[in-house]
Amino acid sequence: MRFTPILAALALSASAAAAQDAITVAIQLEPPNLDPTAGAAGAIDSVLYSNVYEGLTRFASDGSIIPGLAREWEISEDGLTYTFHLHEGVTFHDGSAMDAEDVKFSLDRARAEDSTNAQKGLFAPIESVEVVDPLTVKVTLSAPTGNFLFNMAWGDAVIVAPESADNLANMPVGTGAFKFDNWVQGDRIELSRNPEYWGEPAKLARATFKFIADPTAAFAAVMAEDVDAFVGFPAPENLPQFEADPRFQVLVGNTEGETILAMNNKLPPFDNVKVREAVAHAIDRQAIIDGAMFGVGTPIGTHFAPHNPAYVDLTDLSQFDPELSKKLLAEAGFADGFETTLKLPPPSYARRGGEIIASQLRAVGIDAKIENQEWAQWLENTFKGKDFGLTIVSHTEPMDIGIYANPDYYFQYGKPEFVALMDKLNATTDPEARTALLQDAQRMIAEDYVNAYLFELAIPTIAKTDLKGLWLDQPTQAVDLTGVSWGQ
Amino acid sequence: MLRYALKRALSLAISLIVASVVIFLVIEVAPGDPASFMLGVNARPDTVAALRSELGLDVSKFERYINWITGMARGDFGTSYAYRSPVRDMIAERMWVSLPLAFYALTLSTLIAFPAGIYAASRRGGAGDTAVMAATQLGVAIPNFWFAMISVLIFAINLRWFSAGGFPGWDKGLWTGMKALTLPAVALALPQAAILARVMRSSLLDMLGEDFIRTARAKGLTRRQTLWRHALRNALIPVLTIIGLQFSFLLAGAIIIEQVFFLPGLGRLVFQSISARDLIVVESVVMLLVFAVITVNFIVDLAYAAVDPRLRART
Repeated sequence: MRFTPILAALALSASAAAAQDAITVAIQLEPPNLDPTAGAAGAIDSVLYSNVYEGLTRFASDGSIIPGLAREWEISEDGLTYTFHLHEGVTFHDGSAMDAEDVKFSLDRARAEDSTNAQKGLFAPIESVEVVDPLTVKVTLSAPTGNFLFNMAWGDAVIVAPESADNLANMPVGTGAFKFDNWVQGDRIELSRNPEYWGEPAKLARATFKFIADPTAAFAAVMAEDVDAFVGFPAPENLPQFEADPRFQVLVGNTEGETILAMNNKLPPFDNVKVREAVAHAIDRQAIIDGAMFGVGTPIGTHFAPHNPAYVDLTDLSQFDPELSKKLLAEAGFADGFETTLKLPPPSYARRGGEIIASQLRAVGIDAKIENQEWAQWLENTFKGKDFGLTIVSHTEPMDIGIYANPDYYFQYGKPEFVALMDKLNATTDPEARTALLQDAQRMIAEDYVNAYLFELAIPTIAKTDLKGLWLDQPTQAVDLTGVSWGQ
Repeated sequence: MLRYALKRALSLAISLIVASVVIFLVIEVAPGDPASFMLGVNARPDTVAALRSELGLDVSKFERYINWITGMARGDFGTSYAYRSPVRDMIAERMWVSLPLAFYALTLSTLIAFPAGIYAASRRGGAGDTAVMAATQLGVAIPNFWFAMISVLIFAINLRWFSAGGFPGWDKGLWTGMKALTLPAVALALPQAAILARVMRSSLLDMLGEDFIRTARAKGLTRRQTLWRHALRNALIPVLTIIGLQFSFLLAGAIIIEQVFFLPGLGRLVFQSISARDLIVVESVVMLLVFAVITVNFIVDLAYAAVDPRLRART
């Protein structure tokens, strides 16, 4: 018995010494490749954003835009010319220098005719990129674009070098505080500290990302302490158990994922605003959050992230009120209800949420036939083919209210007044004026009941108690380890 | 014999061609374009078109089939759409997990099944036989992923003897690699061992009832001696057939176990590739497995014929 404390102390100090400068982080999905400039898979950014690749600007953990490779910038009066001043002495992981030529190359590559950048639209306003001197780049836009600096912070806008650009999918070369070491496909990606980093060096010497898709396996890996943190833990039903365990801390952060019940605005009867309003009032958001997400998630009343300072709480416009819903349906000529389809992609928010929504809709007389789809199928039929009445999806791109200006987007809104509002927003750089316009936009889509707005998708992270500096919210899909360290 | 071998080889070739057409059609017919899947919801049509041509998806289905099949014949399995790396290398890497796992599980199941089956047969009707039969009944009935989850709970979470999953790689040492595969191999092996033990027992009992056993006993051999010297040898033929079948099942059918233990094996590669619409990977892996199974059958056919001349005469 007397040995026990000594043994325990030994064990503790051994594990502390071993764990001090290395970390193993698990995420659910493995990136298909390691090139964020040529693929939409969020897992690419999860592993590499800010860790390995950097852009001119970057997202801070609170969603604000801070300088990245560009130390500072000037914007011309007319909002058309951005002059970026780059940090001095920045090198890529292969040792070559990062300068204005690389910035020009990266931006030109992303907007080129044969570009396979998944967010090519971010670069559409760029008219020309000009190298002024090795540390200065002038970007000229064809029209004022108020969120240009925001666009340049996306993972798809990172700066890469012409020498390594063709091989990024398997051999990522960036400028970040970690460099890529090894990828055992199907199992893990290993990063190590970049000793030549231009900025504040990473506190961790080594970082390993593991990919564990199965919720049961995820639970086992955390409990067995195979991993130090699990970002985006897939089994919210287990969170209370981790909260009660002194070995772990549970962080529940917001993402940019507005989870909506999308309606096909051009397909009768959803072309009638009264029907859309009826659908919105038929839905009890809290029941969905409790039932499908185990209580994790913030209700929203419009297509905007609640942690954003410009957010307006419009949930009152679509209060749960089945009687009002039935009345509206009767006014629209559907006193006996109607039949429609509800297409559900694979994530649990859609599959579990869909069951609850279908039963809530049935209570007001709408018979929504559930059809489960795989992602590829959903993209092809529902998203591209617009063959749906209702569907549930989480829009995880940051600040994506602009999708409502596109009449061809799958829910087919694109009201001219809204398009005008977005044009005005793009032409405005003054922060206060932009906030006012963003709030008008939120109100317009909420009052038009374009979609039924459910909740902001939360991301639960489980980490060892003494792990510090992990992102709580996810302004972009990223597991930024540059500020992470072990402490008491 | 040569004519027989040629005939079997022709049937092998026809099976392979038919299988390749079926695999290609079934996988290509499912909806979902790989390029638009990879680029996501914000992609512009011109970007999708650029990626389609980069991936070689803009040619006709027939042309793609020919490219795929001629490439395979040369040993070039093409380039994965999603991973952008050669499919051959990806499969080879996964084989280093899947093959050892299958062998490990097969060895374990044989080591458990042989003694259990022989013991039960030699104690026919006794308490030992009943106990073994009850255990194998349970083993056949309980799915392997349940064994997997329970063993994780006991040995990884509570006792901390093993990690809950993952594979560190053979470069970390043989022992480390074997340790990582132990729980999955046990989970895979137990149900297989149960089946094998039952086959072993009934095959032995069949043999023990044969005339030549009676002759051996009449010569003065003990029951035990006849069992080991005469019955066991002959009883092995059906057992070996089952082992052959189990090996292909273990190689291709470990998907769920690989998912539970997050092992980077072949099954998980197929699973990931199907959800990512990485068609070329799915097609190539499935084709490879079909090839393996058909080839094994071909060899078995030849071996039977070599042993048993009656088979040759009949064809």
